[in-house]
Amino acid sequence: MLPAAREKETHHHEVPDEWFKPKEKDEQQAESVVRPSLSYWQDAWRRLKKNKLAMSGFFFLVFLGIMAVFGPILSPHSVSEQVLSNQNQSPSVTHWFGTDDLGRDVFTRTWYGARISLFVGLMAAFIDFFIGVTYGGISGYKGGRTDNVMMRIIEILYGLPYLLVVILLLVVMGPSLLTIIIALTVTGWVGMARIVRGQVLQIKHNEFVLASQSFGAKTKRIIRKNLLPNTMGPIIVQMTLTVPTAIFAEAFLSFLGLGIQSPFASWGVMANDALGTILSGHWWRLFFPAFFISATMFAFNVLGDGLQDALDPKLRR
Amino acid sequence: MAKYIIKRFALMVITVLIIATLTFFLMNLLPGSPLNEERSTNEAVQQNLEAHFNLDEPLIVQYVLYLKSIATLDFGPSIKQPTETVNSLLSRGFPISAELGIWTILTAVISGIALGVFAALKHNGLIDYIAMTVAVLGISVPNFVLATLLIQELAVNRDFFPAATWSSPAHMVLPILALATGPMAIIARLTRSSMLETLTQDYIKTARAKGLSPVKVIIKHALRNALMPVVTILGTLMAGILTGTFVIEKIFAIPGMGKYFVDSINQRDYPVIMGTTVFYSAFLVFMLFLVDIAYGLLDPRIKLHDEGGG
Repeated sequence: MLPAAREKETHHHEVPDEWFKPKEKDEQQAESVVRPSLSYWQDAWRRLKKNKLAMSGFFFLVFLGIMAVFGPILSPHSVSEQVLSNQNQSPSVTHWFGTDDLGRDVFTRTWYGARISLFVGLMAAFIDFFIGVTYGGISGYKGGRTDNVMMRIIEILYGLPYLLVVILLLVVMGPSLLTIIIALTVTGWVGMARIVRGQVLQIKHNEFVLASQSFGAKTKRIIRKNLLPNTMGPIIVQMTLTVPTAIFAEAFLSFLGLGIQSPFASWGVMANDALGTILSGHWWRLFFPAFFISATMFAFNVLGDGLQDALDPKLRR
Repeated sequence: MAKYIIKRFALMVITVLIIATLTFFLMNLLPGSPLNEERSTNEAVQQNLEAHFNLDEPLIVQYVLYLKSIATLDFGPSIKQPTETVNSLLSRGFPISAELGIWTILTAVISGIALGVFAALKHNGLIDYIAMTVAVLGISVPNFVLATLLIQELAVNRDFFPAATWSSPAHMVLPILALATGPMAIIARLTRSSMLETLTQDYIKTARAKGLSPVKVIIKHALRNALMPVVTILGTLMAGILTGTFVIEKIFAIPGMGKYFVDSINQRDYPVIMGTTVFYSAFLVFMLFLVDIAYGLLDPRIKLHDEGGG
């Protein structure tokens, strides 16, 4: 209220009629006063968009995904096509990223490697998601003795050295794309299970869970419909961070000779092949796979960090 | 505390037992006997060899003998290099790898903590920004990529350091740098976030209010508490460094454990792969055990919890 109006009121002066007109009901104005109502995901997306680093990581990954699908088609050369007269050519109009010691086109092989890396990373993340969420959800929701036993198992698995177990399994199963994914997920889901269990323990005593229980909902339904949607934030962050771990592991194993086998290309294989040529100055053979491994891991890491901030309700403003 | 140590010790023994068992049965899944791999031998020689390696015994007896040999730290022979045993490779390679590992951990811990503390003290400043960019890059660039880049830049293009082998302190700079950058970045990020949290605590304000110098407050009061999370991940970092030595020793041609391990993988020398894996795992699990005990000793809350929980 204006100070002048207040003064008039207190002095019992004549009050103009227009002061008593009911305020016009203006729906639009009423809406504009409060801040727009946003769902959890809309708000997270809004906050993620403000994080430039995370968004650049996101766009790089979109670009990488597109190139992984269409990149090999753009080039006239195939992955395993060997032209021995074209050995170790530097980048040119015909071979955009140069060629390797067998005359294979590095451009095609780089995008083929992107396919392998993204496939391994995403598959590992999804399998970890399914096993970890189921295991962690049951363990956290059941509690008591079930939880105790399940957690002891996790504790032991957690103590196993990840890459050593993977190497051991690959030696026995033989290297292939499928065995790499199996080996990576045999112990990889443990981290996810721990996170989900912790989250479920925090929220399982809320009223909405009790309400569901009193309606007679089964454990499976409560975990799926009540508990998991409320833990999606940390789960997604964990998945985003699983992908670079798996990509690194694949590159590392390929580098050790336990990964994808020739003639197929993966970034780790390409970096390993290029290792001997550093001294001869064929920099492009190492540069492209090395750059894309690092950039992809960087992109997933900054996107994961950004999501962590964006999906944390405590940081909501 | 004693109870906690006993519990952790039991867990450690179980973990090693599981790894050993897994290794044993995986090894038996492999097609063919380890002996008929190479050349054809006559029947009598074959039988004698099998008896020598106890391969004629039933599987369960072999398993017990195998566990016994692991308990006595005897990891068996190599099949691809008849004059070598896993133990002879271990005793030659392990000291070199240990040297590489210890220097790497020292470098990573000291520089990582320093970087994290400076970043936290200059929160949102230029140093913070630079330090965290370096940290994310350090996490993103795989150590074998970094190693090859370092060789290319500092050994080939500029003749600052020798490119390979392990004979003088100058030879050690590049491998340690390549191996330490990743763990350093992780430690720096962790130190920074934990330091930022600690600096807002009341006891820091109290210490400042008492008139203590800022340096003393940071070192004696803040850092000591901020470093607890760093201690917890030391075990994981050690695992990373240990597996990292495989590629680093391969790239720099360092005659350590890792190089023998990679060679045995490439030659499919199964007994050596299995033996070294068990050794590495037992070593790592033991390190994790030590880290946990150290954490228990450093953090008084664990003792309280243990007494309360019974």
